[in-house]
Amino acid sequence: MPQSAEKVLDHAPLFREPEYTDMLARKKVMFECGVSDVQIQDTSEWTKTWEYREKNLARTALVVNPAKACQPLGAVFAAAGFEKTMSFVHGSQGCVAYYRSHLSRHFKEPSSAVSSSMTEDAAVFGGLNNMVDGLANTYKLYDPKMIAVSTTCMAEVIGDDLHAFIQTAKQKGSVPENFDVPFAHTPAFVGSHTDGYDNMMKGVLEHFWKDKERKVGTRINIIPGFDGFVVGNNRELKRILDAMGVDYTILSDAADQYDTPADGEFRMYDGGTKIDDVAAALDARATLSLQSWCTKKTMGFIGEKGQETASFHYPMGVGATDDLLMKISDLTGKPIPVEIEKERGRFVDAMADSQAHLHGKKYAIYGDPDFVYAMARFVMETGGEPTHCLATNGKTEWVEEMKALFASSPFGANAQVWAGKDLWHLRSLLFTEPVDFLIGSSYGKYLERDTGTPLIRLTFPIFDRHHHHRFPVWGYQGGLRVLTTLLDKVFDTLDRETINPGVTDYSYDLTR
Amino acid sequence: MSLDYTNDGEKMEALITDVLNAYPDKFAKRRKKHLNVAKDGEEVGEEGRALTECDVKSNIKSIPGVMTIRGCAYAGSKGVVWGPVKDMVHISHGPVGCGQYSWSQRRNYYIGKTGIDTFVTMQFTSDFQEKDIVFGGDKKLEKVIDEINVLFPLAKGVTVQSECPIGLIGDDIEAVSKKKAKESGKTIVPVRCEGFRGVSQSLGHHIANDAVRDWVFDNKGGAKQNDDAGFEPSPYDVNVIGDYNIGGDAWASRILLEEMGLRVVGNWSGDATLAEIERAPKAKLNLIHCYRSMNYICRHMEEKYGVAWMEYNFFGPSQIEASMRKIAKHFGPEIEEKTEAVIAKYRVLVDAVIAKYRPRLEGKTVMLYVGGLRPRHVITAYEDLGMQIVGTGYEFGHGDDYQRTGHYVKEGTLIYDDVTGYELEKFIEGVRPDLVGSGIKEKYPVQKMGIPFRQMHSWDYSGPYHGYDGFAIFARDMDLAINNPVWGLMKAPWKPKAEPAPTAIAAE
Repeated sequence: MPQSAEKVLDHAPLFREPEYTDMLARKKVMFECGVSDVQIQDTSEWTKTWEYREKNLARTALVVNPAKACQPLGAVFAAAGFEKTMSFVHGSQGCVAYYRSHLSRHFKEPSSAVSSSMTEDAAVFGGLNNMVDGLANTYKLYDPKMIAVSTTCMAEVIGDDLHAFIQTAKQKGSVPENFDVPFAHTPAFVGSHTDGYDNMMKGVLEHFWKDKERKVGTRINIIPGFDGFVVGNNRELKRILDAMGVDYTILSDAADQYDTPADGEFRMYDGGTKIDDVAAALDARATLSLQSWCTKKTMGFIGEKGQETASFHYPMGVGATDDLLMKISDLTGKPIPVEIEKERGRFVDAMADSQAHLHGKKYAIYGDPDFVYAMARFVMETGGEPTHCLATNGKTEWVEEMKALFASSPFGANAQVWAGKDLWHLRSLLFTEPVDFLIGSSYGKYLERDTGTPLIRLTFPIFDRHHHHRFPVWGYQGGLRVLTTLLDKVFDTLDRETINPGVTDYSYDLTR
Repeated sequence: MSLDYTNDGEKMEALITDVLNAYPDKFAKRRKKHLNVAKDGEEVGEEGRALTECDVKSNIKSIPGVMTIRGCAYAGSKGVVWGPVKDMVHISHGPVGCGQYSWSQRRNYYIGKTGIDTFVTMQFTSDFQEKDIVFGGDKKLEKVIDEINVLFPLAKGVTVQSECPIGLIGDDIEAVSKKKAKESGKTIVPVRCEGFRGVSQSLGHHIANDAVRDWVFDNKGGAKQNDDAGFEPSPYDVNVIGDYNIGGDAWASRILLEEMGLRVVGNWSGDATLAEIERAPKAKLNLIHCYRSMNYICRHMEEKYGVAWMEYNFFGPSQIEASMRKIAKHFGPEIEEKTEAVIAKYRVLVDAVIAKYRPRLEGKTVMLYVGGLRPRHVITAYEDLGMQIVGTGYEFGHGDDYQRTGHYVKEGTLIYDDVTGYELEKFIEGVRPDLVGSGIKEKYPVQKMGIPFRQMHSWDYSGPYHGYDGFAIFARDMDLAINNPVWGLMKAPWKPKAEPAPTAIAAE
């Protein structure tokens, strides 16, 4: 009997006990009708070849292990960054259960959102009643200050008109006439979660800025973009802006919403951009987007309103942070303070201390387009080479941006960009053109298992490591953390490779 | 060793009245039917104990805007029934999201080389784009299946798990499946589990069961089936139905059934192969654990193939013993004798587990809100550890589930069907149980309230919880949740103390 009360065996050791391995071996031989071990081995080897890679890259319809989600997830995330705002997703209810679970699994936090729970009858007659009843219930039960409406693909396919539905609901008294119900159509069959973020941001600004005259002020707006590290990053951003003495509004700030304290009280809402500040943000002098690919439409809209706009690709690393701070300084006339300059110096000092361990290292990087851009840029700052850069939701223009980035550094000479490809493509790339490290999300662990490439988790979603997102990766301080994360993996890998006593441990050095 | 206790029904009634007051009138009336307190019933169960009545309406559409915890038909089919079948590729047919959010989240353990001969923890999708909605997705589906056949040649078949748009744009996935089955000779199963169908996951289970019947048993696609010529039936052949091998549950169950002298010829659907599905009608008895998700196919196998079925419960020693004896009785004295030996063998472990953990858990109260079988099936496992259930409810149960719940819960237990976020929070606040068992969406709100929590869908990344080996893990997990020191740290010491901090107990 393998199990005991003294030392309770968990699933991993329990099923390695002979009682279980024998049982599962019998199951395989007697009942599974599987293919032979030789065939499995042969096929497995074949998937590592250039021949397989070519067949794999030739796919035009099948997508396997994509690194992207659908629009409404981004819309729910964007809405979570506004004061006391409840996301209301119009369409099938299962979708909302999925977004909530997905966000909770990453942040280890509550994620509140409601559905209009449309079913077959709504598919035939449209979801107007669901909107009317749903808004009334949400308003009454959850006491929001704003309800942000987005859509699942079901509502989009049948063509429900959010604007008209919300108007009708207001006329029927579901919510008061002057209650804020911004909305965005977020079809899952167009783009990805980054587009959903964009659409919801634009929807919110349109709602608050329509029919309003702009009075040019001195503040600046900052839109962070869809970011799994929002908790650490937005707080770091605010610290830097406060140190500079800048007047700013962060449009969608979900840092507190996804990091509520455990003190005996469940806060359904916490923090977020104040509703009044959203309206006032029209008067800002300029708006900066920290993730260009999350805000194309939103920034277009803001530009049309007469504001100066500038977009960045995730301010991670030395140059990316420099660019952002100089732009902010330029716009506001506030100099970059000495403390921040010293932080820069310390960050660069750390890079110098460790440069020998990172120079020449090859990486595969995947994730959202802005993250991949920033990560590749930082890797090159350390003397590393971004061999494969992949974004399932990357577009043609992103490819051009990446190529320009590669051309800007000798470390980009052999870099390749893969837009619209998935993690099964990446598997082929890693077998045929291997790298030293893989940078991405938790889903990358399957690539680590198959190809042996050590995975560094630095982007959403991270399900199997806890609390990384509570620390920043933006700015010089954040950069220090990214640097340390890379180095930890380098050293852990080196230690693992040299730990064999009497065989490899001559290199198991105490000081590295 | 059933515990004897009742709960404070009057307090529970008051909580129900309170939550209903928060709704607009129309919806207070509708929600009222889903909330109740277990009453003493007239009927007496097999165990000789009077059953309670858990009389609520169920399996009805969720109300819009209330934060239902339910999922959809796709989740019931792809996520629950089909997804674990390991040697088939399951296509999430439609936009990317559904497959992405459900990717690797059910913890259906299996043995195999992923991506080569098994495919459970992978996300295959047709990733619908606008043009697929406008022009239809059948051509794309054909191409997807062709590409699977090229890149994953050892896959035994393919299932097409429909997402919402498929049924709305009029695609004919059945025709595509037949065509491709003919061409490839492999089983292709179209499943009409669009998320807007039905009111919850439940209809997805039913649709998935029907797809097994039509496209595997009746082989509507006409594909070549697994060569099972070498299979020699025995009088002790059983299928385990409705065990998804979460954290290895089915393995911790199988080991007991084998020790009893039975032969598990198919496990549905955790760690299952297509061959195990095809062979099922040749078994002598279907043992069904998750009644809600797979009773349909058991009834069908009984009608068409004469395979009897029996419900059982492998959570906690009381139920395991009762279930093993019930199963053994079906097979006669020889098996019964072996079964008694198995029970005696594991009694040592059970006694040790209870001796260790019961003193740490005695009298602790538990509220549950889960899916198919667990809102009732795990109750006795808690009671075996001296714990008391004060509230329970189903996300997608039907009337027959609530009827069966009467065998488990005590008078005065709060019963909530398709509970809303608001209600659950208020109920938990009002009852202040020592432990809540529910899902990922509920975990963090509850923990912030200072109440220990275990996910009872995924076993909170632990498990197995089935069988005797699983019971030890279950007991250990409940102990570590309740007796962790963190619950005593929530109030800052400079704040006025409302109540004494809970005491923690270190692991032994």
